[in-house]
Amino acid sequence: MSDTSQVLPEADLFSRDHFALFGLPRRFVIDERALEGRYHELQSAAHPDRHAHRPEQERRLSMQWATRINEGYRLLRSPLTRARYLLELEGVDVGAENNTAMPADFLMQQMAWREALDDARNAGDPEALDALSATLRAARSGAESQLVRELDEEHNLSAAAATVRRMMFIARLGEDIAAAHEKLEN
Amino acid sequence: MALLQIAEPGESTAPHQHRLAVGIDLGTTNSLVATVRNSVPVVLNDEQGRALLPSVVRYGADGGVVVGHAAQSAQAQDPRNTIASVKRFMGRSLSDVAHVESMPYVFEDAPGMVRLRTAQGAKSPVEVSADILRALRSRAEDSLGGPLTGAVITVPAYFDDAQRQATKDAARLAGLEVLRLLNEPTAAAIAYGLDNASEGLYAVYDLGGGTFDISILKLSRGVFEVLATSGDAALGGDDFDHRVYCWLIEASRIGPPGLEDMRLVHMEARRAKEVLSAQDSVHVGVKLSTGDEIDLTLTRADFAAMTQKLVDKTLAPTRKALRDAGLSPQDVKGVVMVGGATRMPHVQRAVGEFFGQVPLTNLDPDKVVAIGAAIQANVLAGNRSAGEDWLLLDVIPLSLGLETMGGLVEKVIPRNSTIPTARAQEFTTFKDGQTAMAIHVLQGERERVSDCRSLARFELRGIPPMAAGAARIRVSFQVDADGLLSVSAREMTTGVEARIEVKPSYGLADDEVARMLKDGFEHAQEDMKARALAEQRVEAQRLHDATVAALLADGDLLDTSERAVVDASLAALATAVKGEDVAALKQAINDAGRATDEFAARRMNRSIQRALAGRSVESL
Repeated sequence: MSDTSQVLPEADLFSRDHFALFGLPRRFVIDERALEGRYHELQSAAHPDRHAHRPEQERRLSMQWATRINEGYRLLRSPLTRARYLLELEGVDVGAENNTAMPADFLMQQMAWREALDDARNAGDPEALDALSATLRAARSGAESQLVRELDEEHNLSAAAATVRRMMFIARLGEDIAAAHEKLEN
Repeated sequence: MALLQIAEPGESTAPHQHRLAVGIDLGTTNSLVATVRNSVPVVLNDEQGRALLPSVVRYGADGGVVVGHAAQSAQAQDPRNTIASVKRFMGRSLSDVAHVESMPYVFEDAPGMVRLRTAQGAKSPVEVSADILRALRSRAEDSLGGPLTGAVITVPAYFDDAQRQATKDAARLAGLEVLRLLNEPTAAAIAYGLDNASEGLYAVYDLGGGTFDISILKLSRGVFEVLATSGDAALGGDDFDHRVYCWLIEASRIGPPGLEDMRLVHMEARRAKEVLSAQDSVHVGVKLSTGDEIDLTLTRADFAAMTQKLVDKTLAPTRKALRDAGLSPQDVKGVVMVGGATRMPHVQRAVGEFFGQVPLTNLDPDKVVAIGAAIQANVLAGNRSAGEDWLLLDVIPLSLGLETMGGLVEKVIPRNSTIPTARAQEFTTFKDGQTAMAIHVLQGERERVSDCRSLARFELRGIPPMAAGAARIRVSFQVDADGLLSVSAREMTTGVEARIEVKPSYGLADDEVARMLKDGFEHAQEDMKARALAEQRVEAQRLHDATVAALLADGDLLDTSERAVVDASLAALATAVKGEDVAALKQAINDAGRATDEFAARRMNRSIQRALAGRSVESL
């Protein structure tokens, strides 16, 4: 090594966005098998189990990396969090907390679903809960197709943000259905 | 000792050494230790050829500590000083413990964790567990012929942070280096999956002596990914014994028995349960010290009927885990049965009916956890060989959160998050000029603080006075690969950084562990110093060797002046390791760590990049 040796900086992967970390194009439609495969490859190199017998410093780095990779995988795996993340990268705040303006027809729909949940809960009817879950699944997959168009084809970010807000409502309702199921079982 | 030889920078490091590592199943009823010998996982037996060490410790009035079979046989004669099923008390306060009235112990309610009063004073469950671990450690060291590098200790997947921390403290107290706390069902999956080269979705149903776990795993090309886990940290074979015990007392129409008789009847109840796994009926005949007699026959059908509620109690968490994983019972390809309590035929029947298939019982349910832990310990210690490059991705069982206004809990990390994981939440002040904020960390699924387990409370002080709502306090949670949580908080707006690391309130304070360690040694001071020096030397050796190897592999990541700094720190480390001064050695390790930090970060970055490029990377 001479005095003039130069070290070429390697890309700092840690601070890149999740799509770059997983080597995937920044799109809503994602190759799920590739995502999972990359996830396993990345954790195979980074996971604390691979560094357990190594110096403390390396174990710390390993935990930071594995944490970062888990976070990226979590966000990219689910269509809802992936869409939110894509919008965030584009500088669009979905504004879940304050922007609750939704089209009137969806508000009507919401109220109907809420009522169906209350009825099923009061009647202690697990089949009615399952039926509502199936309805929500259909609504979710409809919203996902819409996001493909809005994000990947038309690049209509404000429309996509509205769709994401609808999906967030559907997700919350899904959690309430799961909680109702659990209550029935106990 | 060859381990302490330091190679000069540039020299090749010592040839590959086999490091002695074990897996320990620290069970409610029995404990085991296993290792990998000549690439084959084996359970290590005691001198009489017995694999199971009863998790029973007797603290005699003569000052002696007896662990295992001998302690177990003394149970009826000296119930108060003979502690069994101590795992049920780990990380628990008195109010958490069920059936206190039918236990022969004298409990003391201590802050954080209950204590048991014995002839040798009040014992923390951590100390009792440490005595069990010490017995297993010496069994392993005698059998393997040298000191252990480290151990993987298994814990129920459903153990919360307090119980995990208590287990780790116990290992520390027993002088064991914990390579990892591993969830019991996951350990079983390793033993099972590697044995059968399985792929697909599996459920591990683990009913032990005192705990129940259900884990749903996805096995694919060497990756064991836990999708969801659930369970009951206070449900196991002990509860089945207790039902039989109550029946024996009631059906014999005798009054509440004394301590010795209580133990005796309990042991008979357990025997009856075990016999019924092989036979259709069992006779129980006991003469009590009061002259009362128990003379009863229990049939398998009656036993099944009286304990059906307990079996049903395992199915609710099973449904929950499946729902969390987004699966139905028929999606599961195989159900692995783990834990001695799964030998009961009506348990197997219920699980079989639930999943619509015959559960897998071809591995010994008592040993499979220790075997899996040994296989993992071997890998973590660095004895990895070709074909052993599987990956474990596990989760936390219970959500972690913070107390917010009105006694409610805000979840920060949801249950079933893959570990390690980190999340942060921002809060603000609600009064003008507020300079401190109370932070209360909780674990559990319920909405109200009072229904969750309190893990830690601390106060962030030194917030500069600001208008209400202007401060931004960021509370960060980090869960490591052992499933253990650390929390920090800081105020973000002012550049003034107030920060605190939480010491969990339930864990043992460092000085408490130090006191216990001291009590355990005859020449406490000298031994502790020798131990501290040995530990630091191992870490120094590790850092030195790793850096030397790293320079050979990735020296191009440093320019000449950076390289000179690293070389100098290695030379200093090599000098310091020869000395006897612990503080100087620690300092040299810190210095070398700082000097090589950037290098280590660049190397990690490179190795991740290579992994991403799909190139196979040998161990760093």
